Amino acid sequence: MVEFLQMLTRRVADLFDTGEAGLLLADHRDRLTFMAASDESARLMELFQLQYGDGPCLDAFRTARPVTNVNLAAATEKWPQFAPRAAQAGFESVHAFPLRLRKEVIGAMGVFGSTTELDETDAHIVQSLADVAVIGLLQERAIRRGEALTGQLQRALNSRIVIEQAKGIVAQASSVTPDAAFALIRDFARRNNRRLSEVADTIVTGLPDLPDLVGG
Amino acid sequence: MDERAVRVARLVAAEPTRAGDRRGVAGTLRRLCSAAERELSASGTGVSVVAGSEMRGVAAVSGPAYEALEELQFSLGEGPCLEAIARREPVLVPDLLDGAMRRWPGYAPALYDKGVRAVFAFPLQIGVARLGALDVFRDEAGSLTSAEFRDALSFADVAVTTLLDGQADAVPGAAADGLDDEVVGQRAELFQAQGMVAVQLTVPVADALARLRAYAYAEDRPLGDVARDVVARRISFDSGRS
Repeated sequence: MVEFLQMLTRRVADLFDTGEAGLLLADHRDRLTFMAASDESARLMELFQLQYGDGPCLDAFRTARPVTNVNLAAATEKWPQFAPRAAQAGFESVHAFPLRLRKEVIGAMGVFGSTTELDETDAHIVQSLADVAVIGLLQERAIRRGEALTGQLQRALNSRIVIEQAKGIVAQASSVTPDAAFALIRDFARRNNRRLSEVADTIVTGLPDLPDLVGG
Repeated sequence: MDERAVRVARLVAAEPTRAGDRRGVAGTLRRLCSAAERELSASGTGVSVVAGSEMRGVAAVSGPAYEALEELQFSLGEGPCLEAIARREPVLVPDLLDGAMRRWPGYAPALYDKGVRAVFAFPLQIGVARLGALDVFRDEAGSLTSAEFRDALSFADVAVTTLLDGQADAVPGAAADGLDDEVVGQRAELFQAQGMVAVQLTVPVADALARLRAYAYAEDRPLGDVARDVVARRISFDSGRS
C-alpha cells in the first residue's frame, strides 16, 4: 500500500516542473500520520506539519477543502511554525488537497513547490489523483479487513469442529456417551483453568496419547 | 458495491423469511439462496463455508431437497463447489452429461439421479482468503446468460459481505451469529464419529474421515447415516476389540 501511495505522490510531483508531494492519512482515532512522499524534502514538510500542528495539509484535513496557491512568504501568520521552515527549505508556495470519502475526510495530500501557480484545471487534476488514492486505500483496507474476518470465522468454526471430534475421542476411549464426554472435557478444562477449545485441541492433535481427563 | 450488487442486496433483503429460518447470518444466507434460485432460473442453490483447511460445511440452501446434494460434496470430497474454492474461479458445467461424470465420478451421477442437469459454482473469496462457494443447480442443461453470470457473481459478493459483516459483529472467538450451529452443529455426529473412529483405529482424525467416507461409499449409504450409527455404536471400525 505504501508503495502505491509513493507512486501516487511521485505522479503528482511529476505534474509540476518543480514540485514535490506528500501524503498524510488519519488513523482510527482521526489523528494524521505520515504515509508517503515523492522525496525527502516533501517528507520533511509533512512531518513538520504533524510535529508543530499547523500547515496546509492540516487545514485541508480540517476544512475538507483544498488549500491552493498560498505564498509561503506571506503565510507566517497563518502557519507560524510551518511557513518559515518550509521557506527555509527552499519552497515558495504550497497547496493541499483533502482525501475525501463522501462526507468524511481520511487524509490530505500536500504539494510543495517553487513558483507554482495552480489554475482551476490543475487543482482539479490533483484532486482527482487524491480521489484515486482514496479508492485504492479503501479497497486495500476492505480486503485486509475481509481476510482478517475470514480467518476469525474459520478459527471459530474449526474450534467447534474440534470440540465435537474431542467428544467422540473421549466417548470412545472412556466408553461414555458424547454428552458425558463433553462434561468430562469441560470439567477438566475448568479444574485446570484452561480453555475448552484448547483442551479439545490437545485431545485431537495429541492422539493417540490421551490426557487423563479424570485425574489432573 | 456496484449497481448490480446493490440490486442483488435489495433482492435478498426483500426476500421473505420462512418458518424454520435460522437467526442471523445463516438466515440471511438462506434468503439469499432463494433469491438466487429465482433470479438465476435455478432449481436450487446452496452456500457452503470453509472452516479451517480441510473442514467444510453447508451454511444455507434454497430448499431442503438441496441440503443433501450440497452436503454430499463434502461426504465425497469432490464436486464443483470444492473445485471452485480450490481454483478460486467459477466452475461452469452447463451440461452434466458432458464430461462431468469422469470429473466427479461419485458426485455427478448423484446429481443426475436427483434430476440436476447443469451446475455452476462461484467461489466466495476476498483477497487471499477463501470463505466458501455458492452453488447453482438447474434441472435443464444450458449455459447461464451473461446477465445471469454477472448476477451470480453479485450474489456471491453479497454472500461474502453477509458473512464478513456477521463476523465483524460476532463476539471475539465466536463465529458469526447462527453460523456455527448451521455449519457445525447440524453435523456434530459426523465430527464425533470421526473422533470415535480415530480412537478405534488409532489414526489421526483426518484419516478417520477418509475411512468413514470409504465405508459409506462401499456400503452405498449416506455419510451422515454411517456417522449416526458409529455414535450410537451400531457400527465399529474396531471389530477385533469391541
